[in-house]
Amino acid sequence: MKQLGSSSRSLRYYGKGIPYLQDTEVKGRLIVIEGPDASGRSTHIGMITAKLEADGHAVLNTGLRRSELVSEGIMEAKREHMLGRRTMSLFYAADFADQLENKIMPALRAGYIVLADRYIYTLMARDAVRDMNRRWSYQLFGFAIVPDLVFYLDVDPEELVHRVFQKNTFLDYYESGADLGLSDDMYESFMIYQRMIAKEFRRMQKRYNLLIIDGNRQISEVNADLQKWIDHFLGSIQH
Amino acid sequence: MKDKFAPKGKLIIVEGVDGSGKSTQIRLLEKWLRYVGIPVFFTEWNSSEQVKEIISKGKKRNLLTPTTFSLLHATDFAARYERNIFPLLRAGYIVLADRYIYTAFARDVVRGCSPDWVRHVYGFAAKPDIAFYFRVPVEISFDRIVKNRPKLKYYEAGMDLNLSNDPYESYRIYQARIVEQYESMVEQEGFTIVDGTVDIEEQQKRVRQKVIEMLPQQMRKNMSTGAPNQ
Repeated sequence: MKQLGSSSRSLRYYGKGIPYLQDTEVKGRLIVIEGPDASGRSTHIGMITAKLEADGHAVLNTGLRRSELVSEGIMEAKREHMLGRRTMSLFYAADFADQLENKIMPALRAGYIVLADRYIYTLMARDAVRDMNRRWSYQLFGFAIVPDLVFYLDVDPEELVHRVFQKNTFLDYYESGADLGLSDDMYESFMIYQRMIAKEFRRMQKRYNLLIIDGNRQISEVNADLQKWIDHFLGSIQH
Repeated sequence: MKDKFAPKGKLIIVEGVDGSGKSTQIRLLEKWLRYVGIPVFFTEWNSSEQVKEIISKGKKRNLLTPTTFSLLHATDFAARYERNIFPLLRAGYIVLADRYIYTAFARDVVRGCSPDWVRHVYGFAAKPDIAFYFRVPVEISFDRIVKNRPKLKYYEAGMDLNLSNDPYESYRIYQARIVEQYESMVEQEGFTIVDGTVDIEEQQKRVRQKVIEMLPQQMRKNMSTGAPNQ
């Protein structure tokens, strides 16, 4: 059975980190999959989880908006369009912090491989296209742990829109950036918004070591790609 | 900040530990300003309708870590800032805030957050035109609070900091640390110090004097009943 390497490491943070958790030692690994809705994130996470578990690893799936603490509040506020941009962004940051400290960290300490369905990058990209200062976002998320691998499933908006319509009969309000008033035409708005978000991811690529994966291909092809990266990474940390 | 967004109004805030008398003073200030016909808006810490509930839910279940505690209070602040404080300042109101970002700077740092990080999180907030800091020895504010309250709440007493198993003892230590943080900010943040141990009327006189000096000419002229008793 493959092992994650037996020695504990201290956590690495993007910024100032969390002072009261500075000495936390972890054994597990954190892998993030980013990408727009309908880019195949959850399908790939399911496939990767199955493979990792078959290889004998303990795996934890986590994602944005799954924290017990604030999820309901976020959904409600969103539905009612009551909160401003800065407020929403801090709300999401609180939700993320809750998951990070109460789910991701304990799992990493216990030696799990944590597969995160989205992480701070989506939050920062959304903020940036809403005119929020990028430096502010970078610093806000200075308490986030640096993952071992971050994939970004890059899908052309033209392809993406077809996949969305295979799942739903309409375009989601926020995934179309409708709150930005880009266009009265929802289709047009969706295309512009998705391009803006994709551009933000490319902008973050270097700073955050994002692995940009061509997500326009068949699921099996994309998955083979992801799996190769993961196998390679896990191989490299075993002595 | 770009000029076209420069607020016409004024922002006046009060800080100090629980029991320092700051709320009494800002309420009196509010009543006076209204009485003399100045447009005023009052806001207080942790009061946004949408966010308050979530915070109190988290607090009830003792679910909060220092970081989530900090971010949820920042969310509450941002909600009030985006919805009320900033637009009203731009419209020319006198905005009065019972506790402002310095409460977060003090509490979050005492709980173990990075001081730089907390300051960045609140980096979007306008600097107050006057920040009154009500200085009171811990024993006095402690007595004022404890006399009126049969039971201290978990976070209020700083029980999450594991300072003591006795809520009152924990509260006392917690408050002393908060005071330490406030004192360290006095100069850098330009606090106007009010001695919270003197008579209420005496304190209010000092507060009003400072406020009058800062009021724009136009507002001073429009005051319907002139200056307060001096």
